[in-house]
Amino acid sequence: MTAFRLDGLHTRPAQTWGTFRLVPLVRDEPVPWLRLHRKAYGDKPTVVDVGDGSFYTSYFIPHAFVATWQDGEAAASYGTRLLDKDTAGHAPPRVPVRMTRRMARRADRTRLRFLPLHLAVEGYLALHFGGPEIVWEEYSRRAVSRGLSPRAEEAYTGHLVQGLDDALRIFEIHDGQCGVLVYVADALASAFVVPHPDDYRALHATLVEDLFGELIYHYALLAAPAAPFPVRIDDTAVRSPADLWAQAALRRREWADFHDEVMAAGLFGQMSRYQSVQALHDFELTRFLPSFTPRRENHIGEVITDGDARVAYLKTFRLSETQTRRGYLLTRLAEYDWNLRATAAALGTDEAALALRLERAGFGYLLRQDVLDHFRAQARTPASGQRPATRRR
Amino acid sequence: MTEETHADLIACEDALMFVNAAITSTGQREFHHDAGEQRLSLDFLHAYMLANYREVYAAALALDVNDHNAVMIIRNLLAHAAEVGPQRRRIEGRLIARRLELLPPQRVYRLFRQVRRAGINNRRVRAIFRDWLAARPDLAFDAVKYRGAVKDAARHAHLPLSGELGDFLFRPRSRKSFRTPVFETWRRAHYEQAAVYELPYTVAQGFAARHGIPHEVFLERIAPKLTRLERLRLQTSARVHKADAVRADLRTMPLTRLASYVLSLPMDERAERRAELTDALRAAARRVAGARAWGRVAAVLDDSYSTVGSGEKRRRPLAVALACHYLLEALATDYRPLWTSGRTDPLLLYPHGPTPLGERVLDALDVLAAPAPHPGTEAPDRLVIVSDGWDNDPPGLAAEVLRVWRTRLDPDGRVEITHLNPVYDADDFDVRRLSPAVPAVGVRDAEDLPLLVELARFSEGRLGLAELRAHLDEQVESFLEKT
Repeated sequence: MTAFRLDGLHTRPAQTWGTFRLVPLVRDEPVPWLRLHRKAYGDKPTVVDVGDGSFYTSYFIPHAFVATWQDGEAAASYGTRLLDKDTAGHAPPRVPVRMTRRMARRADRTRLRFLPLHLAVEGYLALHFGGPEIVWEEYSRRAVSRGLSPRAEEAYTGHLVQGLDDALRIFEIHDGQCGVLVYVADALASAFVVPHPDDYRALHATLVEDLFGELIYHYALLAAPAAPFPVRIDDTAVRSPADLWAQAALRRREWADFHDEVMAAGLFGQMSRYQSVQALHDFELTRFLPSFTPRRENHIGEVITDGDARVAYLKTFRLSETQTRRGYLLTRLAEYDWNLRATAAALGTDEAALALRLERAGFGYLLRQDVLDHFRAQARTPASGQRPATRRR
Repeated sequence: MTEETHADLIACEDALMFVNAAITSTGQREFHHDAGEQRLSLDFLHAYMLANYREVYAAALALDVNDHNAVMIIRNLLAHAAEVGPQRRRIEGRLIARRLELLPPQRVYRLFRQVRRAGINNRRVRAIFRDWLAARPDLAFDAVKYRGAVKDAARHAHLPLSGELGDFLFRPRSRKSFRTPVFETWRRAHYEQAAVYELPYTVAQGFAARHGIPHEVFLERIAPKLTRLERLRLQTSARVHKADAVRADLRTMPLTRLASYVLSLPMDERAERRAELTDALRAAARRVAGARAWGRVAAVLDDSYSTVGSGEKRRRPLAVALACHYLLEALATDYRPLWTSGRTDPLLLYPHGPTPLGERVLDALDVLAAPAPHPGTEAPDRLVIVSDGWDNDPPGLAAEVLRVWRTRLDPDGRVEITHLNPVYDADDFDVRRLSPAVPAVGVRDAEDLPLLVELARFSEGRLGLAELRAHLDEQVESFLEKT
C-alpha cells in the first residue's frame, strides 16, 4: 500500500499557547458514511439521523475507548474497529478494565473515556505487531495485581504534560474542523483526524487523556514558549485593498505549504510498513509502523482510508527512544511468527539470550513463567551445561 | 533635553496603560488567564503606579475607572499615606471622600474591612470612616443589612455608638423592644413570619430558611423588597417556581446588563421573545446615544470562542460586543456590522469559532473605501473593532493590515479606527493591542463607547505629558466641585 494522502483536509493557521502549537485541519465536506460509534456519545446505537436524508452505515471505535458493552462490565476496545450499521449492537474485541471503585464512581456516564494507564500504550504496541489479544489481557492482569515491571519506562498522560490542558481549553475550534496536529516545542507529538466535525468536537477534549513519551514531557516542561509566527505583509506590493486581500491569501497558502512539507514531514516520510487489518464497504483500516531508526521521529498509528485512499480517521503516537528499541525487537519477533528460536537465529544470539533481552526490555510477560525461569537458569550455567560447583564453607 | 522627553513619553504610556487596565480589569478569571494571575498582575501594576506616578494614580479616582480598581487605589493611598507631605494628603483625602460617596455601599464596607484587616489605623482613616458613616442616609438600615461590616467599621473608627444602634450591633438581645422600626422588624422576624417580608432580601433569606418557608411563597412575597440586580438574578428561579411578582422591567435596564441577560437565555426563548428583547435593546441604546450622530460606521465585532469568558464572567466580552452593536446602530447614519463568525442575526449569538480579525477588518475597510453615499457630510468614517485582540486566523494579519492601511492606503487618516478591548491581559499589564497604529482602549460597559472613542482620538495625536497632566487636573477639579 502506498502512503495515504491528506487530500480533502486543509491546514489552517496554528494556535499557540505556551510551548504548544496546535495546527487545525479542516474539511470542506465531512467524509460520508463513517461516524464515531454512537455509544461514544452515550446514546444507544441507533441510526444517526443527520437531517439531510443520508444515514451512516459504518461506525468506528477508537483504540482504548472504555465503555460498558454487552455484559454490563466496563471494557476497553482493543484496537480501532469498523462496525457496520447492522452489527452496531455487537461489541468489538475488548479487554475488561478493572477499575478501582473510586475510578468507577468518578467516571461520568456521558463523557467519552479512554484508558488512562500504561495499558493503552502496551496494548497499542503489542497490537501493532499482531500479538494475540490474550497478550494484553495477561499483561493487564499482571500489571494490576503485581504492579508494572520496573523496566517499563514511563509514559505521561496528557494531564501531566504541562500546559496541554490549557492549550486544549483555549483552542478555538474552526467550523468544519476534523483534525489537529499537536506540536510541543515544534516536535510533532501526535496527529488526530476524524471523519466528521461533530465527532471532532466530541473528541477534542479527550486529547488530554492521550499518552506522551518522556521527550514530549520534557519539552513541555523545559522548552521556551513557541513563537507565534505572525504574518508579514509586503508593503511595496500593496496599492489598493484588493492587493491586501491577495497578500492575505498568499500568506495562508504559504503557511499551509510550509506546514505540510516541513513540519509534518516526519509523519509522512517515515512510514515503512502497513498492515491492513479490516475492510468494510469502501473503508480500510490499516496500522502502520515506522522504520524504528534510533534518534529519529518514529510514529505508529492507525488510519482508516476511504475508496480514494483519502484519510478518514488517523491517530498516531510518537515513540520515545526506549519504545523505539522495543519496537525493533517486537518487529523481528513478529517477522518470525513469534518463534523464539528462529528470531534468535536471525539476530545472531541464542534463545536464552534473546529471552533475557526480552525480559530486560520489559516483555517478560510474553513468555510463560516456567519457560522464562528455564532460560534464566540456563544463562547462569556455563556453556557446557554442567551445574556450577557449589562451594561449601 | 532628549532624555526628559523620553521619560515623559514613558510616563504618558504608563498613565494610559494604567487607565486602560483600571477601566477593564476586575481581578476575576478571564478566558486566557485565571484569577490568581489577574490579581497578581493588577497588584503589581497598582504598586508600580503608586511608587512612580502618585499624582496620576490618585487622579485616576476622578476618572471612570471601575469600582474594583477604585477600591484598590483608595486602599493603597491609605496604606502608604506617610510617604507624602500634608498638602498632597489633603488633596488625596478629598478625592477619596468624593469617590467613596459614589461607590455602592457594599464595596465601601468591604474596603473598611480590608483596611481593618491590614491594620491601617490613624486619625485620618478614622476621620474618613466617620465622615462617610455620618453621611449615610439610613445607618440603621445598613446596620441590619451589613451588620458585620458596620460592626467592624464602628470598632475600627472608634465610633461612640450610643442608643439603639450600639445595642443592636453589639448586644442585640439586651433589649426587649426597639423603637427604630427596622430594628424592631428584625427582632420580630425571629419569631413572626410576617415581619420577615419587610426586611431586605439577603437578610430575609436567612430568616425564611429558619422558618422553613417554601421558596415559591417566599419569592412571591419578598418581591417588593428586591433591588434591581437581585430581581434580574432571580428571574429564572422565579420562572421555575412560578412566582410572577419577580419580573424584571427590561425597559429600564442599562444596555450592557440587558445584553448579558439576553445572552443568558436559551436560544429558543430568545427566538420566542425576539420582538420584546430587540425593542428593549434598541430603546436602551437610544437612551445612551442621545442626540449624537456619527457618520458611516463599520464595526468588526468578536464573537469567537474566547468571548465565552470564564465561569466568573460568563460571556462578558460577547455581551459588550452585542451592546456595542446596538449602540453603534443607534449612533451611526450608515452602519455595517461584521461579526467574526460571519453571522448576521445578533440575537442568536453564541461564542463560536476562531478569530479571523484580519479578514473582517479587510471586509470593513472594503466597505469604507467605497465612496460615501452623501459626500460632504461633516462626520468622518469610523471603523470600530470590539475584540479581545487574540487574532489567530492567521495570527498577526489584523496588525499588518492596519499598519499598511495607515501608512500606504490612508495616510491622511480619513477613516478613524479605534480598538475597544473588554479583556485585561495579565501578561502585558494592559489590554491587548492589535497594532501600534491603532489606539486600544479598555471598555467595561458599552455605555462608555462614545466617550472612549473620543478619548482614543485625542490620544492618537501627539499627546505629551504636559497635556495629559492638564487634562487630569481639569478632571480632578470638576470631580471635586460636584460635592
